[in-house]
Amino acid sequence: MALPELNQTATQARLSSLSQPEGGCLAGARHAALSRVQTTGLPGRRDEYWKYTQPDTLVQAVAPEASVFHHDEEPMFGGFDRLKIVFVDGVFDESASDDLELEGVRIDRISDISNQDIHWAKDLYGVLEARGQSPVARPLAALNTAFAREGVAIHVTGKPSKPINLIYMHKSEKSDVMLHHVIRVDPGASATILENGPAASRFNKCTEIDIADGASLHLICAQGRDHERRAATHMFARLGKETTFKSFTLTVNGVLTRNETVVELLGDNAVAHVSGACVGDGDFHHDDTVFVTHDAVNCESRQVFKKVLRNGATGVFQGKILVKNKAQKTDGYQISQALMLDDDSQFLAKPELEIYADDVVCSHGSTSGAIDENALFYLRSRGIPNDAATDLLTLAFLGEAVDEIEDQEIATDIVERLENWLIRRR
Amino acid sequence: MLNINNLHVQLEEEDKQILKGVNLTVEPGKVHAIMGPNGSGKSTLSYVLSGKGGYEVTEGSATLDGQDLLEQEAEERAAAGLFLAFQYPVEIPGVGNMTFLRTAVNAQRKARGEDELSAAEFLKEVRAQAKSLKIDAEMLKRPVNVGFSGGEKKRNEILQMAMLQPKMCILDETDSGLDVDAMKLVAEGVNALRSENRGFLVITHYQRLLDHIKPDVVHIMANGRIVKTGGPELALEVENNGYADILAEVE
Repeated sequence: MALPELNQTATQARLSSLSQPEGGCLAGARHAALSRVQTTGLPGRRDEYWKYTQPDTLVQAVAPEASVFHHDEEPMFGGFDRLKIVFVDGVFDESASDDLELEGVRIDRISDISNQDIHWAKDLYGVLEARGQSPVARPLAALNTAFAREGVAIHVTGKPSKPINLIYMHKSEKSDVMLHHVIRVDPGASATILENGPAASRFNKCTEIDIADGASLHLICAQGRDHERRAATHMFARLGKETTFKSFTLTVNGVLTRNETVVELLGDNAVAHVSGACVGDGDFHHDDTVFVTHDAVNCESRQVFKKVLRNGATGVFQGKILVKNKAQKTDGYQISQALMLDDDSQFLAKPELEIYADDVVCSHGSTSGAIDENALFYLRSRGIPNDAATDLLTLAFLGEAVDEIEDQEIATDIVERLENWLIRRR
Repeated sequence: MLNINNLHVQLEEEDKQILKGVNLTVEPGKVHAIMGPNGSGKSTLSYVLSGKGGYEVTEGSATLDGQDLLEQEAEERAAAGLFLAFQYPVEIPGVGNMTFLRTAVNAQRKARGEDELSAAEFLKEVRAQAKSLKIDAEMLKRPVNVGFSGGEKKRNEILQMAMLQPKMCILDETDSGLDVDAMKLVAEGVNALRSENRGFLVITHYQRLLDHIKPDVVHIMANGRIVKTGGPELALEVENNGYADILAEVE
């Protein structure tokens, strides 16, 4: 199919602004990814999959500038024992990072891998992303595979004693960054990965995750507090037998965020939970696009997305559960909800189920609404002031998503940050 | 204590007069009951006093210990000592009952310029109160009223009343939806709170609640007004003969 001329022009403009890393063991994957981008073109306004989110600023050759947001809040995850890997505007910061040695895990930089021959990484880089291009194209992910020079390859071989924390600092107003991570969890191994920070003025992140039989992975990501930053992230996860994959994303502010998650449950009895909470106001635009495929027996998937929108903010949810014909005994759940704190905000949701097996339980729901006046009056009639009562109900609304975080300390910390965000807006 | 004078109230959304000149005084230490047929304005009176939106006061006044209630926000009235036990307690998913109680207690203390209760002090108090109302620890942990039975919801209202120690308690059809045993338990909870400094206004359809919570004064409300006031015997009269006789007599 011929590309619309507009997309073609924009795609060419973007591609000509970039250069691929040369040589190394990932060269083949990068070239293949480039041809995927050239075939599909980068997203344009007319693309159905981008109906609710305008991709222009994510695609254009030069990233719009975004000022660096300064605040005095404690850095995320600061109180936890973790292995820190720091990127400043996409550049690895060795002095701020910890030693990458940790028992139960091997961590390499993508820029180093190119010159080595690490088989598992080579077998994963660009592979899940390429699989994820069907049935819907995700050209920004292919673009990332083709051009990202930096990122990490995390090979979990055991049970590391502490989480790995990827920290993405934003210091330059003009930064335009792509990071590509590959994560492999060996059979029976388990790890927690934390990510935080705005990363850049424009950030394109692609993460490929391969979870082998009996393994588990927890991901908790916070996208910083910068107001003007833009981000397009992709996460591709492939789950084997009896695996657990849980991901939670916190988004506070940001003028444009598109988080795409693609999960394939390929082994029996696998469990995948994908969740997110976001709060934004004004020109905040936040898009969660999720595609979960059940292709094995007796698997469970949950999608829980909650958005608090005020003062003209926009929330988008496109979520799909695809149950293939052999995926009997599937238990699928999807909920997307927006709480609108005023009349100016909007929530656009497209929940989808596509089911070919006959013995499945799948439920989905999507709602948008205001604060429940009866609940608010009930709280106020007990002496809780209007602002505090509204905040209490707003945090309760976000609760179902935050409850997806297994670590109670992290969950409590995130609730406090959300509460502070609300209090600053009283 | 509670003084209601010639209170006229209409709905904000439509031109419908609900209260048409209510006069009522509740003295400290007394229990007043309001009975009346459906649609007479009993629940509206409780909502207007506690500050619910959607009503417009067109005439009259309501004061608690001389303070103008109608000028205050709902939370200010609560901090001033007014408490409404809801006919239909609201379910609030995601807010733990304990968190809710502690937030409420401390918000009121703060509004009155008192020190907030520490977690330990609060816990001790709430456990003692919960025990006497047969509220178990599990119920305290659950989200506010979510999945509670009718009886549990009403006991939870009384628990809040016990924790907040209000001066003036309004009970809006606290007996509705309760079996005999649950009603006894709730009544015991209310009676335990009776004191010479505290006033009660008990709104009910039925005499049976008043067997357990003995009123000092009984009012009959009809068509937005209090049409008759008497002693406990007035409630018995309603129980035996219905409202028709009384209403006919007043007309």
